[in-house]
Amino acid sequence: MDFSLTEDRRMLSDSLTRFLADKYAFDHRGKVAYDAPFHDPALWGEMAELGVLYALAPEKAGGFGGTGFDITTVFEALGRGLCPEPVLGTLMASKLLTAAGADQAGLLDGSRRYAVAIGELDAPYDLDNIATLAEDDKLSGRKSVVYGGNDADVFLVAARKGDALAVYEVTGTDAQVTGYGLIDGGGAAELFLDATPGTLLLDDAEAALTDALDAGRLALCAEAVGAMDATNEILLDYLRTRKQFGVAIGKFQALQHRAVDVVTEIEQARSITILAASRMGETDQSRAVSMAKTLTGRAARLVAEEAIQMHGGIAMTWEAAVSHFAKRLVMIDAQLGDVDFHLERVMAGYAA
Amino acid sequence: MDLSFTDEEIAFRDEVRAFLDENLPKDLSDKVRVGGELDKDDMDRWHAILNAKGWLASGWPVEFGGPGWSPVEKHIFEEEAARANAPRIVPFGLAMLGPVLQKFGSKEQQDEILPRILDGSDWWCQGYSEPGAGSDLASLKTRAVRDGDHYVINGQKTWTTLGQFANKIFCLVRTKTDGKPQEGISFILVELDTPGIEMRPIKLIEGGHEVNEVFFTDVRVPVENLVGEENQGWTIAKFLLTHERTNIAGVGFSMKALEELKAQARRIKRGGRPLLENPLFAARVADVEIELEAMKITNLRMLYRAQTQGQPGPETSILKIKGTVIRQTLNDLSRRALGPAAAPFPSEEMFGNAALGEPEDVYAAAKYFNNRKLSIFGGSNEIQRNILTKAMLEL
Ligand SMILES: Cc1cc2nc3c(=O)[nH]c(=O)nc-3n(C[C@H](O)[C@H](O)[C@H](O)COP(=O)(O)OP(=O)(O)OC[C@H]3O[C@@H](n4cnc5c(N)ncnc54)[C@H](O)[C@@H]3O)c2cc1C
Repeated sequence: MDFSLTEDRRMLSDSLTRFLADKYAFDHRGKVAYDAPFHDPALWGEMAELGVLYALAPEKAGGFGGTGFDITTVFEALGRGLCPEPVLGTLMASKLLTAAGADQAGLLDGSRRYAVAIGELDAPYDLDNIATLAEDDKLSGRKSVVYGGNDADVFLVAARKGDALAVYEVTGTDAQVTGYGLIDGGGAAELFLDATPGTLLLDDAEAALTDALDAGRLALCAEAVGAMDATNEILLDYLRTRKQFGVAIGKFQALQHRAVDVVTEIEQARSITILAASRMGETDQSRAVSMAKTLTGRAARLVAEEAIQMHGGIAMTWEAAVSHFAKRLVMIDAQLGDVDFHLERVMAGYAA
Repeated sequence: MDLSFTDEEIAFRDEVRAFLDENLPKDLSDKVRVGGELDKDDMDRWHAILNAKGWLASGWPVEFGGPGWSPVEKHIFEEEAARANAPRIVPFGLAMLGPVLQKFGSKEQQDEILPRILDGSDWWCQGYSEPGAGSDLASLKTRAVRDGDHYVINGQKTWTTLGQFANKIFCLVRTKTDGKPQEGISFILVELDTPGIEMRPIKLIEGGHEVNEVFFTDVRVPVENLVGEENQGWTIAKFLLTHERTNIAGVGFSMKALEELKAQARRIKRGGRPLLENPLFAARVADVEIELEAMKITNLRMLYRAQTQGQPGPETSILKIKGTVIRQTLNDLSRRALGPAAAPFPSEEMFGNAALGEPEDVYAAAKYFNNRKLSIFGGSNEIQRNILTKAMLEL
């Protein structure tokens, strides 16, 4: 048994963590995360230079990683640093490009930004009800809340082609893109397609799309674990220093036991995320990922709500870092399948 | 036992309904329905409509210009108003200062101030909390030192809700520094345009502006502005806090939120079916509906006790705890029902762009985050539990 990170991953984790702490400190995030383009294009380039994006792709695709633990290493650091850069879209795009055997040099060196457009208003999480249609390499439909879509060069769009799903490359300038900011920072877009030209990337793409979604879900679990760790540190610090009735509020047993519950849930979330990372590429990948996304989604909301409540009024303010961590933790559940969606996926396995 | 309202109460409810039907401006109820931010003019307009009918000061006795309603009638009004998406009545003058002056104020204070609350001439805000004094309110530090026929005030208040619209603030200040902290506090009225006062906005988690901090530097206030006796402010503060906690169950708001949640979950499709037909989601809705049904009766039982045995006691803390959690759960489910569609930052352009979604959807997440405050202010839910531990359980 060995729960330690390999030397390479530890170095990657350290350098990304240090980079985010230095260059993406809370003040800086406040300046970029809530104003268009809702991230920092210059720092995106610098982050790519650290090799962060290469860690997301396997060697055969030009990267040097791409396993479950590479993904969790990167995203845990991003979560801890509350980083609004659109790395998730890069990871998922890399999976699709790898499946297609397509060139991804521009993606990995950060020079081309990709967004993956799968979800729709009535089908935000699942592949079964995708309504966007592809006919003669022209796409029609609407993709909703495309993360990173507000500032993407290329969209990888999932569309129904005949009886199957296919993935098309659509150039940002060819589609109608309405970008906006997100309540937890970062940007997204609505993508309106009206006989918009696309280049076929993948036919019969269901398996590849599921794989990309699972990778994205694993990434979100790891991001949540990182953000929960950071939130918990802020909370404990506050419980130790904030005084009411002449003592630190952390002396009140009513809060102590809840702080312990918070830590317990974080450890459970960390464990199930490790489990899911270890199952990537195995036959039970999807099931493990769904278990992780269910437990993590529930834990993240608990940690967010408890951190706010135990801070009192100060956590209700924009100025407090804890409020932004809490927003991210709550909203992470809404990405790529919420608690209920993934619980159903786990339950569906019982029928077989 | 009979759970139904009496014939008179039903007649009263119908009268309230008819009044709201006819007199609540649609632009106001639309704004409330979607959770948009109301401005001063919106709230003043609604107050004036109610005042013209004599229904504004629902908790005041008739001699001071109230309608003289029983607790049950007051409850019926609040429930109907919430159902109709009426703006909330701003509590600071009407539900807080009004009752304080009626009980502790001088005749002059009552004659001068109460009518100005009713006709909207004054907008009051509440200066209790300080950066270092939240749950432990008695540790407040803002000083008021007597100098001839003035008090000179120095210090800082915070969390002043809607202070940006106010022209007056009622404050707790320290007038004595020795002895028990509770014994040196006074209750004083201050005009916000007095020299030495500065108000700064605090931006909240979801981006809105509803609270402020207020700084006092050598602010001179006439001694007549003291309410009650010097150093007796704690009694007034406690009286006011129990008033702050009435209607804290917010049953009407929750009933409305439940209705809208169901409509939303019927409209939203998941897996090709209405979300409300999804067993997992439906179970969550059913859970909170059951809690709310029980809460309604708990609330009525406490109202009945108040009506038959005088003021409700510490059990109002039960209402506060359950009521706030139910409302927060409803907000949470509405946000979750939307999934990623709740993620956009609500802005004017989002709101104005029908292509981007239903207006009530745009604010769902903001409402959820903003309403985390419900279990924090007015005595946090932890403090309510402490109150119950002592007063009800005698532990
Ligand atoms: C949106 C908003 C509007 C407000 N409006 C007003 C207003 O208009 N006027 C005004 O005067 N105030 C207002 N308040 C202030 C509000 O009343 C305080 O925030 C509240 O009393 C809690 O105080 P605090 O924020 O300092 O938290 P703290 O008192 O620092 O509490 C921090 C945490 O410790 C817990 N805690 C504290 N003591 C104990 C204990 N003994 N046992 C167990 N747990 C404990 C609390 O429950 C909380 O979880 C407002 C607050 C908010 C958020």
